[in-house]
Amino acid sequence: MIALFFRDLKLSVRAGGGAMIGVLFFMTVVAVIPFGVGPDLNLLARIGPAILWIGALLAALLGLDRLFQAEREDGSLDLLLMQETPLLLTVFVKCAAHWAATGLPLVIASPFLGLFMNMDERAIGATMLTLLGGTPAITLIGAVGAAVAVALPRGGLLVSILVLPLAIPVLIFGVSATYAAVEDPAPFLPPFMILMAITLFFAVIGPVAAAAALRHSAD
Amino acid sequence: MRLLAEGLSARRGEDLIFHDISFVLAAGEALVVTGPNGSGKSTLLRVLAGLLGAESGRIHLEGGPPGFEHPHELSHYLGHRNAMKRELTVEENLSFWQRFLGDSPGGAGIALDAAAEAVGLAGITHLPFGYLSAGQQRRMAMAKLLVAYRPIWLLDEPTAALDAGADRLFAGLVATHLDRGGIVIAATHQPLGIERTKALQMTGFVH
Repeated sequence: MIALFFRDLKLSVRAGGGAMIGVLFFMTVVAVIPFGVGPDLNLLARIGPAILWIGALLAALLGLDRLFQAEREDGSLDLLLMQETPLLLTVFVKCAAHWAATGLPLVIASPFLGLFMNMDERAIGATMLTLLGGTPAITLIGAVGAAVAVALPRGGLLVSILVLPLAIPVLIFGVSATYAAVEDPAPFLPPFMILMAITLFFAVIGPVAAAAALRHSAD
Repeated sequence: MRLLAEGLSARRGEDLIFHDISFVLAAGEALVVTGPNGSGKSTLLRVLAGLLGAESGRIHLEGGPPGFEHPHELSHYLGHRNAMKRELTVEENLSFWQRFLGDSPGGAGIALDAAAEAVGLAGITHLPFGYLSAGQQRRMAMAKLLVAYRPIWLLDEPTAALDAGADRLFAGLVATHLDRGGIVIAATHQPLGIERTKALQMTGFVH
């Protein structure tokens, strides 16, 4: 299983891998917002956490369709399906590697992009923390969509649309936890705990659903 | 150890592609599946590999190692595609499969260098898999069968894209595997040149 994790990490940083694509997209989205909204620093600071979260959500969805499709195209998926190792463990490890390659760089990039949005250090810290807790949920939800669309040649957009309704609660609680940390009267912990609960919930449901979808995609 | 298939039939879409296939293979025996295109050779192998559900019938092992419910957990499957990543070097590919697959009880895989040498391609394992020619890629996919031990080999057109020398080399690998008590089921048009083979002729349905 460790071998699978490191192989997927290696693949994502080699030519054709998706590791940098997500971060670049994230950067593009956040960098153009100040030009569109205008130089009102207070407004930018106020919408900053929401913009960072939306950018991160879209960037995290970007490379998901290749999660199982690349394995299917070269025949590796057949071998992954045949093993004695439970398939949901294999799926979980692939999700973990995918998150480490594409989700974690988004979390690391978020403080720098927060500066673009004139956010103070408290808001930046809260955004980073909520992204760290929330992006794994997006990957795990996306794995289900990727598994359902594994046999479709151009499933990219379809995966995003399929998983978007499930990813919306992650966005809502991620953003509300971030605002709660910045604005005093609202408590930070309740929305953050719900965000973590969503992540843990999908850590269980996601691999099970994706494994079931992969089993039935075999042709 | 014996591999038994009883009354297998499989469906592709609406049509029954084969019907009521039964065979018994003891350790050290090979089954060569022949037949025209579309007669269901690949489908039969995918059913045996557990990748397609059978319409009826069952596959089971007698006297296999305990704890394995399905024969496909003890099988190597070499399909039309090589299951190797073009971006990784041959060595990274083989070492991944060696560690991921692990050895089945009753045998051990051989080292990467020895496996590359066995398929006649020692010395190029540092190259990315995508740089190799189609024939070399196929040979390296065969090396994958050697690095992790599995008693049953399911081979779908294993010698496509291979030259005559590689055919002989491949027949040698199969013979060695059979001598060690393995079971081989191959869909192929090339004669394997081995005595202990059973033959299964797929005819397909006439519409």
